[in-house]
Amino acid sequence: MNQYKSFRKLEGKVSFLLDKKAIFILISFLVVTGVVFIVSTGLGDMKLSPLTVLNVLFGGGSEMEQLVVQSFRLPRIIVALMVGIALAVAGGILQGMIRNPLASPDILGITGGASVAVVSFLSFFSDANNSLTVSIKWLPLAAFVGAAVIALLVYILAWKNGVSPIRIVLIGIGVSALMQALTTLMMIMGPIYRASQANIWITGTVYGSSWNNVAILVPWTVVFVAIAFLMAKNINILELGDDIATGVGGRIQRQRFFLLLISTALVGGAVAFAGGIGFVGLMAPHMARRLVGSSFGALLPVSALIGGILVMLADLIGRTMFSPLEIPAGVFTAGIGAPYFIYLLFKNRNA
Amino acid sequence: MLLKTNGQKLLGLIIVFLLLVLLMCASIVYGYTQTSWKMVLDAFQNNNGSNEHIVIATVRLPRALIAVAVGSSLAISGVLMQTLTKNPLASPGIFGVNAGAGFAVVIAVTLFSVSNLQAFAWISFLGAAVAAIAVYIIGSAGRDGLTPMKLTLAGAAMSAMFASFTQGFLVINEAAFEQVLFWLAGSVEGRKMEILINVLPYLLLGWIGSVFIASKMNVLSMGEDVAKGLGVNTGFLKIIVAIIVILLAGGSVAIAGPIGFIGIVIPHLTRFIVGIDHRWLIPFSGALGGVLLLVADILARYIIMPQEIPVGVMTAIIGTPFFIYIARKGFNAR
Repeated sequence: MNQYKSFRKLEGKVSFLLDKKAIFILISFLVVTGVVFIVSTGLGDMKLSPLTVLNVLFGGGSEMEQLVVQSFRLPRIIVALMVGIALAVAGGILQGMIRNPLASPDILGITGGASVAVVSFLSFFSDANNSLTVSIKWLPLAAFVGAAVIALLVYILAWKNGVSPIRIVLIGIGVSALMQALTTLMMIMGPIYRASQANIWITGTVYGSSWNNVAILVPWTVVFVAIAFLMAKNINILELGDDIATGVGGRIQRQRFFLLLISTALVGGAVAFAGGIGFVGLMAPHMARRLVGSSFGALLPVSALIGGILVMLADLIGRTMFSPLEIPAGVFTAGIGAPYFIYLLFKNRNA
Repeated sequence: MLLKTNGQKLLGLIIVFLLLVLLMCASIVYGYTQTSWKMVLDAFQNNNGSNEHIVIATVRLPRALIAVAVGSSLAISGVLMQTLTKNPLASPGIFGVNAGAGFAVVIAVTLFSVSNLQAFAWISFLGAAVAAIAVYIIGSAGRDGLTPMKLTLAGAAMSAMFASFTQGFLVINEAAFEQVLFWLAGSVEGRKMEILINVLPYLLLGWIGSVFIASKMNVLSMGEDVAKGLGVNTGFLKIIVAIIVILLAGGSVAIAGPIGFIGIVIPHLTRFIVGIDHRWLIPFSGALGGVLLLVADILARYIIMPQEIPVGVMTAIIGTPFFIYIARKGFNAR
């Protein structure tokens, strides 16, 4: 049996090659995602069996069950899923574009920019009684603007007859360090209550997500993830290096700009609603690469699902294991992510 | 290279040292409490116990000395790290010292309710050393020993891990957050003389050691194979370098908390002035590192008076444009 199956439609205008193993893995992960989604909806202070959850989702169940599932758990879990998908896809794109396994949204300063925006928002719009003078609803917008401005700044600073991957990484590292310093400065100057609020945000949590958030985040993520999937073939080419990519006819600067734009949009959206959940963008693409190889057509969808599963699990652990204490999901993604990363290093020690 | 002959370099070094002394005096004189140069002299010759004299002797003097010690240690360890990792943007932070120290301090505060700066010094030294040793071991696992790439990756991963655990602990414990926030930003303010005196032996050992291995570092910078060919025991040398970096960077973190960018900026600046000979590079970097931290610290007092900006934030604000300049310049040529 052939490993690949080819598709050609419209006289070859639309054509692609399907990797059967990748399809199989993709479907399995879809199932796992569904299971995690349902189980995690059922767990919490009030425990529901997966069957009850399904029943409630389709309109059944008692009023109490309806309330818990629909008002408290569903929005939060959907946000977790979306954030995971967005971060994982953004991470995958950046790793391919920059050709460095270490690349992640945090390293490029995108998350850092959002942090500064959030901390400034919290400290500038507080009055003497420590209450906010503008609605907290604008916080996601502030975070998004911060992320976008910094991404743009990094891009402009890295521009010198085009943008080279290594320059983007270096400038990103420098700018993130500055952002970190500014965040600390803002925290020290502002009231301490705001500082700890900001700190929770920086660690990353999906606590308190509402249907309003879902209504913004879902279309945003879905659209940009879809564009990312369509551009997967361009990333494949970029990963061969600038010379080869130019040689086979890729417009590398334009593609690089668009890819950066997409990943900024994805990270910006995720960061706006969930804060700086770390390591997902780094870890998920690596895991996916293990499973389906490094062709981005298969890599991006699989890493998206892995990312969604990771954040949902991290949130599940954070809100159930130490109940009534809520631990931000970001602590757990880092807790899994960092050792995994060190394991990767150790495994490739002879490479 | 600005200074070419040995005579010029010697003269340059003397000038930098004079500048260092001048800035130390300035650091003692200028600040929130109004003092004059004459008052400073009085404070040392016949201290009459007035407010100003007490401020000078117990606050300003330790602060100036600490800024010099920390600045020069960070700069020297930056030089060593950049040569060791062959990476122009490496800094002592890559060994994970800052993140390790931060984590250790946060653990001590949250789990054991330690609260004085004195204790912070030892705990952070310990944390820095543990993190650096772990990074070194992970970085040198495998057949070809310690390679620059593996070291950098291991450091980045360890730092990220410690940083997020620190964050996690702080989220759970808000009281601790309040206590360590200022420490985490890096500052030379409010440190007592005893902290410096306790850590000074380690720093001294590091300074002297770095001068002794300077000529070997020259050989190492030509590349591993060349160094081996010329009879340098590179494995042993790398361990010595690692120990010196841990002493210097760990000691600095212990005194002042994490202060970034000095270890990156100063080695480049110095290389521009005296070239790549480590025998000149190391003392020059040390002196210039002290100069930069003193300047940053003096500026930090004035920008939002009467409050102070932590000097770690100041160095980041001064250092980032420079960092970006290096990143843009260094990678255009290739």
